[in-house]
Amino acid sequence: MNAIPHADIDRRKFLGKLLDKGSNPFDGVEEVQETGEKVKLLSVDGFVVEIDKAYLKPVPELPAASPIDSRKGIEGKQFVMVIDLSRCKNLKKCQTACNKMHFVSEGQNWVKIYSMKESEHTAPYWQPTTCMHCDEPPCVKVCPVDATFKRQDGVVLIDNDRCIGCRFCMAACPYSTRVFNWDAPILPKESAQQAYSPETSCPPKIGTVGKCDFCPDMVRKNELPHCVSACPNGVFFFGDINEDTVTNGSETVRFSELVRDKSGYRLMEDLGTKPRVYYLPPVDRLFKYEDGLKQ
Amino acid sequence: MKSSADLQAIPQHELDKLMPQPFGKRGMWWVIVLSAVCVVGIVAYVRQLMYGLSVTGLRDYASWGIYISNFVFFVAVSLVGSLITAILRISNVTWSAPLTRIAEIIAVSSIVFASVIIVVDMGRPERFMNLFIYGRLQSPILWDVIVITTYMALSVLLLYFPLLPDLAIVLKSGKLKRRLRKLYEFLGTFWIGTPEQHRIKEKAINLLSIIIIPVALAIHTVTSWLFATTYRPGWDSTNFGAYFVSGAFLVGAGAVVVAMYAIRRAYSLEFFITERHFDRMGKLLVMLSLLYLYFNINEYLVPVFKMKKSEAEHLSSLFTGEFSLIFWPVIFISMVLPVIVLLFPAGRRPLPMFVIGILVVVGAWFKRFLIVTPTLLHPFLPMTDVPESYKHYFPTWEEWAITMGSLAGALLIVTMFIRLFPILPIDDIIKGEGYEKESA
Repeated sequence: MNAIPHADIDRRKFLGKLLDKGSNPFDGVEEVQETGEKVKLLSVDGFVVEIDKAYLKPVPELPAASPIDSRKGIEGKQFVMVIDLSRCKNLKKCQTACNKMHFVSEGQNWVKIYSMKESEHTAPYWQPTTCMHCDEPPCVKVCPVDATFKRQDGVVLIDNDRCIGCRFCMAACPYSTRVFNWDAPILPKESAQQAYSPETSCPPKIGTVGKCDFCPDMVRKNELPHCVSACPNGVFFFGDINEDTVTNGSETVRFSELVRDKSGYRLMEDLGTKPRVYYLPPVDRLFKYEDGLKQ
Repeated sequence: MKSSADLQAIPQHELDKLMPQPFGKRGMWWVIVLSAVCVVGIVAYVRQLMYGLSVTGLRDYASWGIYISNFVFFVAVSLVGSLITAILRISNVTWSAPLTRIAEIIAVSSIVFASVIIVVDMGRPERFMNLFIYGRLQSPILWDVIVITTYMALSVLLLYFPLLPDLAIVLKSGKLKRRLRKLYEFLGTFWIGTPEQHRIKEKAINLLSIIIIPVALAIHTVTSWLFATTYRPGWDSTNFGAYFVSGAFLVGAGAVVVAMYAIRRAYSLEFFITERHFDRMGKLLVMLSLLYLYFNINEYLVPVFKMKKSEAEHLSSLFTGEFSLIFWPVIFISMVLPVIVLLFPAGRRPLPMFVIGILVVVGAWFKRFLIVTPTLLHPFLPMTDVPESYKHYFPTWEEWAITMGSLAGALLIVTMFIRLFPILPIDDIIKGEGYEKESA
């Protein structure tokens, strides 16, 4: 995956350069000193080919989606998440991974893990929350400048280059999912210099709002959102309603069956926000609630 | 309108007091103190521009604080322009005529600072123009932008048109220094006072008085919708528009009482601003206090009767919890006490009116704080995974400085206006409007 014969020119890079006016896609094809060491590779048309190792070069990171593509979303997809409360024991691996990958400021979290207890005689449980990516998003309704928006694939994103920092969306969100960059975010140099994309939410910007973005940049790479892959207990299932499939990385299941068989529900259904995040009730638990207190 | 015999009843030395006058020693000190407060506010804002909103006590839960409550306060105060000028005018009430300009300049300066303070609250003030470049009409913020700019324009016109004959009167008196005369000439040389001009002016003012009433109701209703269009306990209320508008009339009337007392004292205008004016403003305040109290009862006691789970925590924090020490004093000093004191004729004399006016205004400011912040500190899901400091809200010195600076700035605009222009409508007074002898 990480190696493509240089002489063939990386297709993505080539197309990228074609789009990038003023640069010649054939630039950078330089003479390479062969090492004599051969490696076997699978070509795009299905043949095993052998090439010299000297031609191997790492594929550069895909450039993040442009602001325009970020607004459109990924065609044909309807992203959805299922959170299985019977598996959560407040390990917070999801939170740590998310915070690290999105450079969330100290003291703030995009993924919060609530200790819930509805009433005196009901059982306590752990409830991780992400952005609900509502189909009727109250935050999007109130944004005065279209800085936060709903895409065709269901994801709600923020354009931090446009956000004016009025924080109306934070007041509007009943799930308290949004955080504000009160301070200038502390970033490693290479992240601070990377081109901003609403899909990566990176680099975060002072004076603007941030929140869980469902990691569409990972999805474009055919990978799972950071919280999903970080959870060792498989609490988070991520997938596509159109394919009726969700996966936590190790188990892949029919979304409709999962939600039907385990009585899935959504948070604050009465508000009419139509969240994209479904919860499976904390029954037949893998862990006791108290296990989560030890963390 | 009175006969010419009555007109001569105003002695010349009283009329002279209506001319703009240089500041005395007290006036100078007043301006210096206000300017100093403004400068401290500007210093604090420069710090906020440098370090971002992290210099405030605002955090993710209490994401709106005293900037926003101060904004609501300014919008509320500005409503008085339409009350005194427009509503009383089209109901053919003439006693309030000497107070119209005071009310109108308070309206203009408040609405200007409402706009200033809302920019101060923005995390990215340099992107202000995005509101016009990318503005989306379904956002209540856009509605607020539209109605506030409209109201500002109408208020400036309502200040300006009645000023035209007065500009001519002051110019003719020949007492103006050169620079001030230039300003007057720029603003009003075209006014020569023909009957046709008077007719057009009166027609324009009548028209503005009618147009400004729905716009005034709109500015405060829309401001209340910034809160009421969310789901949050304490804001999710169909009562909010009327509740805000009634509160706005109360605080605006209180502000006018304070201003008319101060102006009367400073310029010895007892001849024009009489005890009868205080008496009538006092009765108006009683009515407005009762009206606001009525909406408060609706706003709090109906939810308390049900004690829905999501509302209960918020309501008990106001009634018995951490905000109760602000909540009850505010209800008492700005709604109950005015009714009790002002029901008695002795309570409607200038000095007690002045004191009550101040209590109403101060109470109203804290009332706006109680509307904004406690709700944000009682979200649907419990406050989790945040540092302890996120669970409370204490404004920092920068926030106080900027807020005090904005209040001082609004007072400074009013003060400078009084320095430059006649604060009472001379033309109306000469014609006998609102100038009543005790026998009238």
